[in-house]
Amino acid sequence: MIKDITIGQFFPGKSVIHRLDPRIKLLLTVMYIVMLFMADSFAGLGAGILFLLISFLLSGIPMKMMAKSIKPIVPIIIFTGILNLFFISSGDVLLEWKFIKITSGGVTTMVFMAVRIVLLICGTSLLTYTTSPITLTDAIERILSPLKVIKFPAHEIAMMMTIALRFIPTLIEETDKIMSAQKARGADMETGSLIKRAKALIPILIPLFVSAFRRAEELALAMECRCYRGGEGRTRLKQLRTAPRDYFAVAIGVAFIAAVIVLNRFSPI
Amino acid sequence: MGIIRTEDLTYIYGEGTPFRKVAIDNINIDIDEGEIVGVIGHTGSGKSTLMQHLNGLLKPTSGKVFIDGEELFADKSRLKEIRFKVGLVFQYPEYQLFEETVYKDIAFGPKNMGLDEAEVDRRIRETARLVGLREELLAKSPFELSGGQKRRVAIAGVMAMEPKVLILDEPTAGLDPRGRDRILGLIKEYHAEKGTTVLLVSHSMEDVARTVSKILVMSDAKVFMYADRSSVFARADELTSMGLTVPQVTRVFDRLRAMGIEFDDEVFSVDYAKDLVLRLLEKKRRHTVD
Repeated sequence: MIKDITIGQFFPGKSVIHRLDPRIKLLLTVMYIVMLFMADSFAGLGAGILFLLISFLLSGIPMKMMAKSIKPIVPIIIFTGILNLFFISSGDVLLEWKFIKITSGGVTTMVFMAVRIVLLICGTSLLTYTTSPITLTDAIERILSPLKVIKFPAHEIAMMMTIALRFIPTLIEETDKIMSAQKARGADMETGSLIKRAKALIPILIPLFVSAFRRAEELALAMECRCYRGGEGRTRLKQLRTAPRDYFAVAIGVAFIAAVIVLNRFSPI
Repeated sequence: MGIIRTEDLTYIYGEGTPFRKVAIDNINIDIDEGEIVGVIGHTGSGKSTLMQHLNGLLKPTSGKVFIDGEELFADKSRLKEIRFKVGLVFQYPEYQLFEETVYKDIAFGPKNMGLDEAEVDRRIRETARLVGLREELLAKSPFELSGGQKRRVAIAGVMAMEPKVLILDEPTAGLDPRGRDRILGLIKEYHAEKGTTVLLVSHSMEDVARTVSKILVMSDAKVFMYADRSSVFARADELTSMGLTVPQVTRVFDRLRAMGIEFDDEVFSVDYAKDLVLRLLEKKRRHTVD
């Protein structure tokens, strides 16, 4: 149940995509998102699909992982789809029954939005599939570091993210353990009314919070013992360096955005 | 038929994934009522997995578990009922405390059983006495107590359910020698007073040797042997090759016996060893005086 969470899951590998500089990967992801939102025709989205497929094939991540990342957002897709279908009235009327009116414009928008959301999720999950959380936060720190001039705590935020990601599996394991222990004492979490079930969470959440605070304190102490004083003057074991392939990847990204702009011109929806 | 019985019990973690691991393999055990058993084995030998099967927290991949003659998972609606018969104290049980007061925390189990106020109150006071918690501690928050006290509260929380079988998973882990002696002492007292079946899981032979009468040795997901402690320790060489040790005193006395000094009994604890040596010296002194 809790083990099905795929957010932030990382698949180690040695593909080109894996080896790209994480900062460039972040930049490319942002470019990809911009591209998807600029596209206002199916041809433009087609370019997005092509970009995604090429990236997935290069990364060597199995295609079924794409389906897995979409699974949790299916309700959102259905919800926005229904809203678009019923509330957009443009183009020809396809069906009219009492107060419900479905138009061709509505159908097109529904499909368009659904494809866009799916592409968005697949693309961003490819980023986490191919980049380890540690390098990702590293990249975020480096990208945000110019903001240090205006006293923006870039290092601290990156460190917080690293720690948070590091403790997700630990806390999941802890939750499992506490749940078993309370079940052994006769706690019942699976039956009863909603209120009863919510109440049954108290014996799990309180020990979980207590242990999270305890861990935080221990970690803070351990970091101080190793003379951690924030980012000032800290060097790193793995330096981020851009390689020719990174510039090449950015060039491809720019080319795709250009293609989307051109396609928008020539094939309106 | 004993109170705990398993039939070809097997459990596999992550079946169908690259992380597949056989945690316990074809376990057949039969433990009699009223026995106090030490379960010993290396980390990863499957002790904890086996224990979690005994009260239905894990569902066997194959095989059966019988508690008090009734098969677990045969009827899902009976599971909770059977679970009350087997009290399981997890490793570091103090991390499961959550209530405002010690009293309420110990009450959690008994209340889940649906007992009435008076009975719950009786059980809390009785177990608090058993584990050596003073009356005035009952009104305190469990988070204000010392580590050893917290653990005793957590153990009391399970004991108060008055299970027919009490399983304790590494109850002495992370405690200082005094805290350890205290916990082991109260387990022994509990067993003597209540006569319930007790399973004590540990990787420390020293702890187990002076508390239990029978030992279940697990190795590599299998049961290596289940016998009374002297016959287990008689196979000291095999235990050592599995990375388990026989208690130091027992080894010392085995060597003394090999050197030709006569003892009429197996030695498992330092206290007993002291008495034995003193008696021996006394005998020798009298011998020389005569």
